[in-house]
Amino acid sequence: MKRILVSVFTVVVLLTMALTMSGCGNKVVLNVFNWGEYMDKSLLDQFEEQTGITINYKTYDTNETMLAKLEAGGSSYDVVFPSDYAVSEMIRKDMLLPLDFENIPNFKYVDDRFKNLEYDPENKYSVPYFWGTIGILYNEDMVDDPVDNWDILWNPKYAGRILMKKDVRDAMGASLKRLGYSMNSTNDEELRQAQEALIEQRKLVAGYYGDEIKDLIANGDAAMGLTYSGDFMELYWDEDADFSHISFGVPREGTNLWFDTVVIPKGCKYKKEAEMFINFLLDPDVAYQNAMTIGYPSPNTVALDRMRQEEPEAFELEAFWPDDEIIERSDVYVDLGEYKSIYNQLWTEVLVD
Amino acid sequence: MKRMKILAYPYSVWMAIFIVVPILLVLLYSLTEGDIRNLAELRFSTQSYERVLEPIYLKVIVNSFILATLSTLFCLLLGYPVAMIVARSNPKVRGMLLMFLIVPMWMNFLLRTYAWMSILSPNGFLNRLMDLLGLPRLEIMPGKTAVLLGMIYNFLPFMILPIYTVLSKIDKQFLEAANDLGANNMRTFFKIILPLSIPGVVSGITMVFLPAVSTFVISGLLGGGKTPLIGDLIEHQFMWEGNWHFGSSLSIILMVMILISMAIMSRIDRNGQQEKNGQSKV
Repeated sequence: MKRILVSVFTVVVLLTMALTMSGCGNKVVLNVFNWGEYMDKSLLDQFEEQTGITINYKTYDTNETMLAKLEAGGSSYDVVFPSDYAVSEMIRKDMLLPLDFENIPNFKYVDDRFKNLEYDPENKYSVPYFWGTIGILYNEDMVDDPVDNWDILWNPKYAGRILMKKDVRDAMGASLKRLGYSMNSTNDEELRQAQEALIEQRKLVAGYYGDEIKDLIANGDAAMGLTYSGDFMELYWDEDADFSHISFGVPREGTNLWFDTVVIPKGCKYKKEAEMFINFLLDPDVAYQNAMTIGYPSPNTVALDRMRQEEPEAFELEAFWPDDEIIERSDVYVDLGEYKSIYNQLWTEVLVD
Repeated sequence: MKRMKILAYPYSVWMAIFIVVPILLVLLYSLTEGDIRNLAELRFSTQSYERVLEPIYLKVIVNSFILATLSTLFCLLLGYPVAMIVARSNPKVRGMLLMFLIVPMWMNFLLRTYAWMSILSPNGFLNRLMDLLGLPRLEIMPGKTAVLLGMIYNFLPFMILPIYTVLSKIDKQFLEAANDLGANNMRTFFKIILPLSIPGVVSGITMVFLPAVSTFVISGLLGGGKTPLIGDLIEHQFMWEGNWHFGSSLSIILMVMILISMAIMSRIDRNGQQEKNGQSKV
């Protein structure tokens, strides 16, 4: 009797836990997994009202954490927002479902130059979301040289006031580009030189940070730092504080051109609804509102034209709208394949002195 | 009372699922190579343990131990007197002092570390205060000093509380007896209070050293990522490199080292207890 009681009790408790955690129901719930602060949240309500589909919105901070979560399994997501090289890695690892463009008629608004890019050559799996560059965010009061080349991050004059991005691809990429190599180099000699330069640079670097770089520079804690163009745009659009002394330089040698995309990973439960959501994001009105909130140029032609009318000054900014020449010389990250771990090894050796 | 044991069953199932199984999985991953998503195809391999022995990773491990030891030491030096002050204050004040110690712990440690960032940063609160006072600016963040400060701040309550508990339980009659027999304060402290408080000190050291040696994030935020600790390295393997095998073997090594330090500490504790028992028999 007692044994039965014990097992019944155990089962009941565990079942209750399982049920409360899964929160099941018949309603369609789309699990959306996006970068932090990367969507106008009111659009989610708008979509829910229009379609009756509930959205469960979660965020991540790097492609790598997102990939790790997806690869670990256990959780299923319907819509994810990986960047270029992460898209190729996901295609290589067979983690994506091909999109049915019949369900995404608004794809016609996407600028042709953002279609069939190297990371998804036949444009089967992804739809572009936003794009931008990496460059040097700096405080005009603390820097008196022109910030238009990678070399300035190696200038001893600014020792202890330089911040580097704590990201393998961005740090190695900047170092490779400075030496005139491709940001996707898989040449051992080039990689060795790039690593040597980063070790050399280490004594000038105050710290290696991620998202904190924007705040540290805005606060005057450092003179310059390697970061995303969007970090500058966020300060630029800020209405509560004056950041007019903060600028953004895109190196002439060329930089990284990144594209964030929308994809549907394998394991998605509601593919059709997920495609509806992607189509919704590509609607010109929605894309316009989203781009105005996030502050990046929209790959949506109609939305972009409207932005150009509304905010013509933004198009004068290198961070928002880099010169065609620079774009020409820039690289889009590609999946490094087996070189991924070599990059990581070299980078770890830079960080551990 | 025995019937209440039933209540422990769900917990033991819970423990088995969420503690024992994951540890076994970590052990499995640490001893294999191959695709992590396909358990059937994993092959036995010791290569991730061999990699731990590379000088660069040994350096990270040594760095973590040095920093953890230093912060434990500082916590002890700072925490012991504080625990004594709290234990000796009158009950009303005591409650308030304990509140001051505990309330900051209600906040998430990440938040507190970010707060330290804005205090210590080059243009932060501390340096603005120095400017106001006409003193030279301090350059501690990012740097090892800031990491150490952040660790001491975060773990200090774990040192104070166990020592305080033991001190407040010491029978006052011992101290009176020592005084009556002519011992001065110094002598009373070293002969009576300190030996009796050893159990508190030992659990304080354990409770500070363990989280300190496995900590991550603090060194990234306050140290500018220039002194990665073993915790950062493990996080990096899982979240960035996706090398679960190496991450797992690092975790196992860390676990073994923690177990060894715990064994040493409990032995010291036990010796202390025996000595005490021996004395009281005399």
